Amino acid sequence: MVLSDDDFRLIAEIQQGLPISSRPYAEVGERLGMSESEVISRIEALQNSGIIKRLGIVVRHHELGYTANAMVVWDVPDEQVDQVGERLGSQPCVTLCYQRPRRLPEWRYNLFCMIHGRERSKVLEHIDNIIVAHNLQHIPHKVLFSGTRYKQRGAKYQ
Amino acid sequence: MDATDRAIINRLQLSFPICERPFRQVAAELGIEESDLIARLESMLARKQLSRFGPMYHAERLGGGLSLCAIRVPEADFERVNTVVNGFPEVAHNYARDHEFSMWFVLATETPDRVDEVLREIEQATGYQVYNMPKQREFFVGLRFDL
Repeated sequence: MVLSDDDFRLIAEIQQGLPISSRPYAEVGERLGMSESEVISRIEALQNSGIIKRLGIVVRHHELGYTANAMVVWDVPDEQVDQVGERLGSQPCVTLCYQRPRRLPEWRYNLFCMIHGRERSKVLEHIDNIIVAHNLQHIPHKVLFSGTRYKQRGAKYQ
Repeated sequence: MDATDRAIINRLQLSFPICERPFRQVAAELGIEESDLIARLESMLARKQLSRFGPMYHAERLGGGLSLCAIRVPEADFERVNTVVNGFPEVAHNYARDHEFSMWFVLATETPDRVDEVLREIEQATGYQVYNMPKQREFFVGLRFDL
């Protein structure tokens, strides 16, 4: 999709959030001098092309009591990454699942997923269950719990 | 937070309709009034249980650069390095983790080339090697937090 200036104006206008009112797209349109239907069709196109991954909410997991936040990293044989990645992504509480490059020799892990829970013990239990359910016993993994969160902001676009 | 709030969170983590009256549509699905949905959403944002309501952009497709980076920082030097790293405006998140690779942060830059440049600047400013681990493939994830 080739983005027009109007698309970029729209992207910048709603990046901090959509209005919470009964006709949010009309409100955005008023600010930009666009009709409601134009805003709707542009946002649809942005979502269909994958530039908007999704619309909706992002929860503050910490504030909702999900204080145990584990990055689980796996050393998966390259030819099994797709299969294992898809299985991990389908698990509840797995919020992200990415393949990333190994950095040998110091870093051998190539599949990363985030798992959140209310307590560390529950998260570890959950990981054990996932391993058994999907026969991942042969895949080396490490669980990196987060300590302090030092910074959290969304990316900004001009 | 009651059962209705939890239902709203579960529903809106998945998607938000793109139509003239999106809140009315979601409210109907949940069996509540549109005004109730709007009030509850505002209240959860005000209480900071939600960090955002809106679009999640695909940074790379917008022309930006995005990467996860890690540094092996000894505990004794963590505070100094942390201050330096967080001083870079391109650093979007930064978490301490319990591993030899102890500092994990996301770089979000306006162009893809800037990732490498900022990474070098961080290496120079901190004196540590920065391990760059950009996403190669993203796997689908379903419901994020099932409350």
